[in-house]
Amino acid sequence: MNGSGTGGRLVRPFALVGGRTQPSRADFTLITLVTTVDPQPAPVTGLQPEHLMILRRCRVPTAAAEIAAHLDLPFSVVTIMLCDLLDDGRITTARPPVQASGSPDRALLQKVRDGIARL
Amino acid sequence: MPGSDTAPGAARAPEAVKILIAGGFGVGKTTMVGSVSEITPMHTEEYLTEAGVEVDDLSGVEDKGTTTVALDFGRITLTPDLVLYLFGTPGQQRFWFMWNDLALGALGGVVLVDTRRLETSFAAIDFFERRGIPFVVGANGFDGEHLYASESIRDALALPHGTPVVPCDARERASCRDVLLALMDHLIAVAAAQPTPEPAG
Ligand SMILES: Nc1nc2c(ncn2[C@@H]2O[C@H](COP(=O)(O)OP(=O)(O)OP(=O)(O)O)[C@@H](O)[C@H]2O)c(=O)[nH]1
Ligand SMILES: [Mg+2]
Repeated sequence: MNGSGTGGRLVRPFALVGGRTQPSRADFTLITLVTTVDPQPAPVTGLQPEHLMILRRCRVPTAAAEIAAHLDLPFSVVTIMLCDLLDDGRITTARPPVQASGSPDRALLQKVRDGIARL
Repeated sequence: MPGSDTAPGAARAPEAVKILIAGGFGVGKTTMVGSVSEITPMHTEEYLTEAGVEVDDLSGVEDKGTTTVALDFGRITLTPDLVLYLFGTPGQQRFWFMWNDLALGALGGVVLVDTRRLETSFAAIDFFERRGIPFVVGANGFDGEHLYASESIRDALALPHGTPVVPCDARERASCRDVLLALMDHLIAVAAAQPTPEPAG
């Protein structure tokens, strides 16, 4: 074990993603919902344990932020792994209904309000 | 197996929306997230460069003047096909407000204030104002009672006209729900006041 908290921490994530640069991360926001494709397009061999954990967890749609929290990895690192899985056709994503700030749909706001009122 | 309910049109993929809970250090953000979340609040972090953008090139991130920003979040399943995420921003880290993805697509925000030290929440108010994200202020009554009237809080914070100020106790689920309801009413009012977008063309 390495005594310093941040020392080991910064190195390990790059090992996971092979020092890859310029990933196309645009598909993944914090609340992009990720779902594992079933059945998988190819046998799940040659994947890292983190990839397999993602595939297992996302049998039910799971937000990218939740995946990062469960893997205990920085969000950037997780989005790169998600890009890999998306490239391989192993997951699908649902983009949030509100993309940018400003004028969200009135019906959506009302639906959120009704849901909160039931808390 | 889960998700095998795949008859056409049967299981709609859920949608996710988010609300930000911001404010100075120790004002009760994490407490509020935990009070309403259906799960134990989760924790995630992100690298930001000093220029304040998400790190795109992870090689050499160690020596690029990057910082790590942490936040906690919770989840509320509102309906089977609509999930609300609440993100609590970090109170003491300097760069969280430059995390673009955090603000992008947020329905709105809650700024929690401790009425004994309002100034610690100024940065959070600036954050929402500058980005045009509607918000409400939750005045956390740390003194055990709400000593300050909403009007004087509004004046002290120089809030935009119409921004609600709601007394609250972040430890109480019902109180947090009421703050979120005030936010939704405000968002609906703001949306109603906006001109309906013209159909393209
Ligand atoms: N009296 C009172 N205490 C509160 C209230 N909300 C939170 N607290 C307490 O205040 C302390 C700080 O609350 P947190 O929820 O950790 O605050 P935070 O805003 O997440 O803090 P940082 O993330 O460090 O900025 C905890 O001990 C809470 O129990 C409140 O409404 N009333
Ligand atoms: Mg906190």
